[in-house]
Amino acid sequence: MRWPRPLTLVLALSLLLAVSPAGAQSVLRIGLNDDPDALDPTISRAYVGRLVFAGLCDKLFDVTPDLKIVPQLATGYEWAPDQRSVVLKLRSGVKFHDGEPLNAEAVKFNIEHHINTPGSFRKTEIGQIASVDVLNETTVRLNLSEPLVPLLAALTDRSGMMVSPKAARALGDKLGQKPVCAGPFRFVERVAQGKIVLEKFSDYWDKANIHIDRVEFVPITDSTARLASLRSGDLHMIERASPTDLPEIRGDSKLKVTGVPELGYQMIPLNVANGPRSKTLADARVRQAIDLAIDRETLVKTVFNNEYIPGNQWVSPSNYYYNAKLPVRPRDVARARQLLKEAGQPSLTFTLIVPPERDRQEAAQIIQAMLAEAGITMHLQTQENVTMLTNGRKGDFEAYFTFWSGRPDPDGNVFTQSTCKGAQNDSHYCNADLDALLTRARQVASPAERKKLYDAATEILVRDTPRLILWHRRVFTGTSARVQGFTPYPDGIIRFKGLKLN
Amino acid sequence: MSLARFVARRIVVLVPTLFFVSVLIFSLQQLLPGDAALALAGEERDETAVAAIRARYHLDRPVVVQYAIWMGKVLRGDLGESLRSRLPVSELLASKLPVTLELAFASMLIALAIGIPAGVLSAARRGTVADLAANLVALSGLSVPHFWLGIMLILLFAVRLGWLPASGYVAPWENLGRNLTTILLPSIVLGTGVAGVMMRHTRGAMLQTLSADYVRTARAKSVPERLVILKHALRNALIPVITLGAIEFGRLLSGAVLTEQIFAIPGFGKLLVDGVFNRDYAVVQGVVLVSAGLYVLLNLLADVLYFVANPRLRG
Repeated sequence: MRWPRPLTLVLALSLLLAVSPAGAQSVLRIGLNDDPDALDPTISRAYVGRLVFAGLCDKLFDVTPDLKIVPQLATGYEWAPDQRSVVLKLRSGVKFHDGEPLNAEAVKFNIEHHINTPGSFRKTEIGQIASVDVLNETTVRLNLSEPLVPLLAALTDRSGMMVSPKAARALGDKLGQKPVCAGPFRFVERVAQGKIVLEKFSDYWDKANIHIDRVEFVPITDSTARLASLRSGDLHMIERASPTDLPEIRGDSKLKVTGVPELGYQMIPLNVANGPRSKTLADARVRQAIDLAIDRETLVKTVFNNEYIPGNQWVSPSNYYYNAKLPVRPRDVARARQLLKEAGQPSLTFTLIVPPERDRQEAAQIIQAMLAEAGITMHLQTQENVTMLTNGRKGDFEAYFTFWSGRPDPDGNVFTQSTCKGAQNDSHYCNADLDALLTRARQVASPAERKKLYDAATEILVRDTPRLILWHRRVFTGTSARVQGFTPYPDGIIRFKGLKLN
Repeated sequence: MSLARFVARRIVVLVPTLFFVSVLIFSLQQLLPGDAALALAGEERDETAVAAIRARYHLDRPVVVQYAIWMGKVLRGDLGESLRSRLPVSELLASKLPVTLELAFASMLIALAIGIPAGVLSAARRGTVADLAANLVALSGLSVPHFWLGIMLILLFAVRLGWLPASGYVAPWENLGRNLTTILLPSIVLGTGVAGVMMRHTRGAMLQTLSADYVRTARAKSVPERLVILKHALRNALIPVITLGAIEFGRLLSGAVLTEQIFAIPGFGKLLVDGVFNRDYAVVQGVVLVSAGLYVLLNLLADVLYFVANPRLRG
């Protein structure tokens, strides 16, 4: 046998290297439940977009897994004694993906852009910022129209994301098609409903902690298909895995799953005073009776295999702001019947609107059976989600089955839902004492002080029951065993810092 | 009648058809319950924010005015922008069309490769085990739900055996090999469904031609049976199958909703479903209009083929 000539060998080898697709690059593929909407932090509104933004756009602050506010693009903050302004210190030397500097001017531009852009979804989050003063290259002061402590929490999400002012001016409302931010990855391409591709940004301020070269987000709506892609190795991570997927993930040695309590809650708003259909459930005793007839423990056990957490307040029992003196009550059918009799509605009949979705459909049927044992007839009416929400707003409902996705600051989970003029308050429940407590809680910076106010507010809400808060989900993230260094967060967003692919 | 006149007449009919489709889809969407602005706003419920959305997309104007605004733009070649992703609808459609075309083409290939031979075989061997087997395959292709077959194929080939990717799509110009592997399973799902229809039609047409006089004559002249079937009978039997093929192809082009969802193939079907759920009117209108146009064009093509293949029509 003749040995191949050295030149031939070299040629063959170089050809092989040229053909093999950049083997050293680590590409992380993440399965999303939906296709995100516009990738512009100002006009984005779908939750799923935040997973992409986590790679694309850094924020002024971030939250820790236990919801403490920590620096990201800003290194620190200081409230004025009257909580009417806050001074932010910025990280120096940070660059946007187009090489523009991230300085105080850029922050001022972004905050004003979030507030003034027509169709901005950030205005309601940070609209209380009346003006922004540039104090020097790395310091800004946000002046507020009213004291608002939850503002900082808003800056840990899309309101705190900074885009390159140059790109924003050049692209206008097309920015979402080619976002330019200051996150660990830059935007490469988007195939609508197909994939979103990001690649490592070489000038990232914290690049030492980024070990992934490329991220691909693939929206797959069908949960069975999404799981199959994770099992086959096409995907490395799937967000918001369904509880029905868990046995399969746990049974697969190549996969892992993590679950943390969500920030939000699943609930049934009751029509207290929104239009003519509020007659049935206007009496607090009637609402109490419904609440007492539901056995949340059993509900969570039967429908969700105990993977979720029974709840009765607007934060989960593990949250700092949960009022531990008012835990989930045991079911009391006798008391429920008695309350109905006192209210003069012993054979209560009402309709619950339920969207065509497995979780809520099954839960609604179990609740229906539980209420029947207390002499309450609950009819179920299926309505597609948007239709149900439209009717909720109009007051064309007695009760409907929905959820709140949750915010890191407690204010975001209770204020607009429960105050008299709150935009989310479809029940039209109104209590001046509660309004005063919740407004005051926006103005004090001390968590201990705020907790006292929220505990008092919870007492009122549990007593009056304008909404039945039933359970908190866990956010499950399915990962391939190849993924290392993943820390789950209660907001379900995947942070890329420290994440590795073996 | 000449072919040119025939085609010209059909093209003239195309315009009112598309107009009718556009009116129909516009009115049907208005019947969809639920406020589009609210769907778009998600958890944002602030009145001014919702009102701003309504104004941006003219959702606060009367339906007739909305239609006029939209139609005016369409006539100028502008299909508007997606309410959700804010991408131009024409761009979305242009990016989906090659995907849907490829999927439809591959599925059709599979359908033809299975359907026609199976149809011929079962007609030639009528009443035998082969006929029964071909019928069984055709019927199962027709009656097995696409989503079930899709999931089963994924579980077998992607999860258990690991031969093919479970989902996703790679464009052929990015990586041809990967493109073919991603398109294979969905094409099988769609193709076997169409194959059943093709097989049934080929079989029926073959049985008819096989009992025709000229076939009897050919057999009497002791033409070999293989030639009788493949040359004399099949040629004539294929005429109605061509028409059917073109119509089925048109159906595939309008988007294979479930199959695309399961395999996460970003084609017309997925665009349409997401559009309906998000009340993304501009996208739904665009997809329906373009698919209707394609469908009508393919029907026209089928008629032309029929016209060409069947000399009797030319009179």
